[in-house]
Amino acid sequence: MTAPAKVRVATVWLSGCSGCHMSFLDQDERLVDLAQKIQLVYSPIADVKEFPEDVNVTLIEGAIANEEQLHMLQKVRARTKVLISLGDCAVTGNVTALRNSWRHSDQAVLERAYKEKSDLNAAIPTDVPKLLIKAHPLHEAVKVDFYIPGCPPPADLINYVLTELLAGRAPNMEGRSKYG
Amino acid sequence: MIVSSVKLKIDGVEVSVPEGTTILKAAKDNGIIIPTLCNMDGLIPYGGCRMCLVEISGSPKLFPACTTPVGPEMQVTTVSDRLKEHRKMVVQMLLAERTHICAVCVANDHCELQALANHLGVDHVMFERNWSNDQIDLTHDFLVIDRNRCILCTRCIRICDQIEGVHTLDLKLRGKDAQVIMDLDEHWANSCSCTSCRKCAKACPVGAIYIESEPIEHTKRKDIAEFILDRRNRK
Repeated sequence: MTAPAKVRVATVWLSGCSGCHMSFLDQDERLVDLAQKIQLVYSPIADVKEFPEDVNVTLIEGAIANEEQLHMLQKVRARTKVLISLGDCAVTGNVTALRNSWRHSDQAVLERAYKEKSDLNAAIPTDVPKLLIKAHPLHEAVKVDFYIPGCPPPADLINYVLTELLAGRAPNMEGRSKYG
Repeated sequence: MIVSSVKLKIDGVEVSVPEGTTILKAAKDNGIIIPTLCNMDGLIPYGGCRMCLVEISGSPKLFPACTTPVGPEMQVTTVSDRLKEHRKMVVQMLLAERTHICAVCVANDHCELQALANHLGVDHVMFERNWSNDQIDLTHDFLVIDRNRCILCTRCIRICDQIEGVHTLDLKLRGKDAQVIMDLDEHWANSCSCTSCRKCAKACPVGAIYIESEPIEHTKRKDIAEFILDRRNRK
């Protein structure tokens, strides 16, 4: 008799501070139980270069702030069955989107960071992905199936959502999730 | 004067309240809590946020519980799928209208809008956000207004007018452009009518008006208008 196939899970880190991934790891010993049921096929904490095909669940931390991230998100969406926005940056834009209140905020932040505030060799880098005019929550670019708000979302909440999904139930966020 | 009482049903429970009572108060006095945002006990109801809308059987319309008086034989519904969807929509529109970023807000964890989003399960906003860049006034010695966090509930304006009695605060413009202003749109430090009484900061349900260097949980006080009126009446 073969063991039941494990659920293929991935986690992705876009424009965020990694706090959501820290919270994911804060599930502590529950990760051991989780590891019985899932296989982590792609993650900043796993050494996998290319986002694989046929992923069951992907949790994405961070907003989309540049063209490379937008491209990555579209690839992830195409290869994932259930896509989850993990944390406030992915859900609302949050701190990443603070720049959105300024017109042409892509140029404005680069000018501010690399020219006005620079003491030495003031120049805007050209060999990095182009910033989008605004930072966006994930669901403004692709279809998102579930949302886990919070800055960061508590480990208990991440565990609740994953446990419900693994049991084949839709999580109910009423009274459970909190922005900020 | 004898006030006659009115019998009605709220969520199937028969209640009896004095004539002229609002649906909101009738519900509250009988242990039924209807979610509110612009309402503040002790202030004249405004009916602006539409959070407290309820169903009254016989009408396809929804009614704001805070401004609608009870009527005889009325059958009021405060909980339904339709109302829940409606309330979630109101929270989403408020979150989209201005720049609400809980993680960097002074009122984080002490905000009525944030609490309602949590309570109703508003785990994302379906509308594209406006990302407002409205004026922040830091000129006053200790009172601050960040208009990007304002939800236009007018609690600050009403408490300034109806309780403090000076009417420093008011609104200019309409719709999403509306702004809370001091006197004839002066900087706060230049307002000649403001008594610096802090009631506006106490009444603000979000992080729009706050007191610099005071923990927000010490500032916010939802019963402030009712409390002051009660003390006055005891004199």
